[in-house]
Amino acid sequence: MNYNVNEKGYYGEFGGAYIPEMLYPNVEELRQNYLKVMAEPEFKKEFDQLLKDYVGRPSPLYFAKRLSEKYNTKVYLKREDLNHTGAHKVNNTIGQILMAKRLKKTRIIAETGAGQHGVATATVCALMGMQCVVYMGEIDIARQAPNVARMKMLGAEVRPALSGSRTLKDATNEAIRDWINNPVDTHYIIGSAIGPHPYPDMVTRFQSIISEEIKWQLKEKEGRENPDYVVACIGGGSNAAGTYFHFLDKKEVGIIAVEAAGKGVDSGESAATSALGKEGVIHGCKTLLMQTKDGQITEPYSISAGLDYPGVGPLHAHLYKSGRGEFYSATDDEAMNSGLELTKLEGIIPAIESSHALAVFKHKTFKPDDVVVISLSGRGDKDLDNYIKYFNL
Amino acid sequence: MQEDKKLLSIYFTAGYPSLNDTVKIIQDLESSGIDMIEIGLPFSDPLADGPTIQNSSTAALKNGMTTNLLFEQLKDIRKTVSIPLILMGYFNPMLQYGVEAFCAKCQEIGIDGLILPDLPLAVYQDEYETIFKKYDLKNVFLITPQTSDERIKQIDDASNAFIYMVSSASVTGSKSGFGNVQEQYFDRIAGMNLNNPQIVGFGINNADTFNQATKNAKGAIIGSAFIKHLTENDVNTISEFVSEIR
Repeated sequence: MNYNVNEKGYYGEFGGAYIPEMLYPNVEELRQNYLKVMAEPEFKKEFDQLLKDYVGRPSPLYFAKRLSEKYNTKVYLKREDLNHTGAHKVNNTIGQILMAKRLKKTRIIAETGAGQHGVATATVCALMGMQCVVYMGEIDIARQAPNVARMKMLGAEVRPALSGSRTLKDATNEAIRDWINNPVDTHYIIGSAIGPHPYPDMVTRFQSIISEEIKWQLKEKEGRENPDYVVACIGGGSNAAGTYFHFLDKKEVGIIAVEAAGKGVDSGESAATSALGKEGVIHGCKTLLMQTKDGQITEPYSISAGLDYPGVGPLHAHLYKSGRGEFYSATDDEAMNSGLELTKLEGIIPAIESSHALAVFKHKTFKPDDVVVISLSGRGDKDLDNYIKYFNL
Repeated sequence: MQEDKKLLSIYFTAGYPSLNDTVKIIQDLESSGIDMIEIGLPFSDPLADGPTIQNSSTAALKNGMTTNLLFEQLKDIRKTVSIPLILMGYFNPMLQYGVEAFCAKCQEIGIDGLILPDLPLAVYQDEYETIFKKYDLKNVFLITPQTSDERIKQIDDASNAFIYMVSSASVTGSKSGFGNVQEQYFDRIAGMNLNNPQIVGFGINNADTFNQATKNAKGAIIGSAFIKHLTENDVNTISEFVSEIR
């Protein structure tokens, strides 16, 4: 089984570039150039340097002793929460802003759900002195106020998406419409492993630094490169794609994905795409998608704004369909309690998105000598309001 | 039809303003002298559309429009309407219905062709062209001011009805009036001597823009401006809208 994208942009039956003709020149320009640019020594040097000096990489691989004791297995946390801007998102935005500069673009647009990708995009735009417009659902603007303020401080214009459910899906629609209206000077920095080819592959490659580091870090700590399991939460799936990338072809490494079940998979308020989705086309790619029988995209729900998305990246749809990935879904309650548990046991407040990955322990029992690496994709500062409300702190 | 007569085509969203307006709108458009109609199958996430068509789609879905219902409404349309009818929609609802079943149903009803903005040329040719041909359905592709000559030629080769010339870099309903960029683009396309006639869409909302757009092209399509008219007036005023264009 092959887990890399093929020349037409598909992972198995998923992926492709289902875009209106208006976007064709932009997407085609990117498709023809992205691998070439990423392979340039100058590009690599600049990218690596910024990841080191600006983002603070490598991010630690931390042995979580008390969490390990509690679940009687060996748990390592990949600390993407310690990156500059507080999540894994910045790995991709650094890569894409350098790509945009190589393609002579002068204006950047992005969509954001929780605001992490918006902040990471606004940050690199400030760094490079580029104009930045971030689309964000009106509902998300209300529930992620600190990140909205951050983006504004960084000089970005935050435009509310007022259509549909007014969350991540609709922010993505608005960003795509902006790109249609501005086809020459604008680059669209997609934040997740979704969108038309080559975006899922490009985002995955920029995020693959996560699994690249896990390999040598684990070698130092455990004497072997490959863990028994890698675990990540999945909305669109960028942190998961980066966490899995270098292990996809290693059969001995179990790939575990945790989706957001919201109030329960069958409650009607959920974002568990693998369980509830069917093959369809959203935002330029064929993937698993929550939709009505008639092909209308349905509104997802999760307490976590970053996982509140009705689709999943095409790589992950392929991992699910082919059986390579083990998929679970965690409810709001399971995620919130797992987040609090990590805080109490290890002194780390995780983003609610990452708390879903930690909830894997509510669904699967590992062996005592299993090495389980969990992607701690973001920190919980932005979620304090949610934690306060949920636990009456 | 006279050689120099320019085609006027109208887009509307099925199920809007009211669920069962579909047949009446089509009949009134024909009797008002419209040459071709695009019947919009509403979609929850219309990426290439501006707020006017987005809102009409949302309202149509709320009214209860579905793929099955639209086919049901159109089943006897050929008893009363003879001008070309094109279905326009996004690819996902067609995919869920089943591409072949969808095409078969279109042929049964008497639909002449389809416009699916997010079904790209390469995927159409690889996977669906034989099905479209089996059911004698024309597929209409879009080109824009940014489309290269080389790709326009590919699209011309793959087309068998007309080419939908998007007037400017925009979603539907966002610009009015044409400037130098459009003039140059219209001239460039006219100079290419394509096999298929071109019909211009996006940004046409009155007699002036219609005349400008059709100076070289075979015809023009009005969408958002017509939806706006339906929203501000009612479905009994269609001929008044048409008479203001030509």
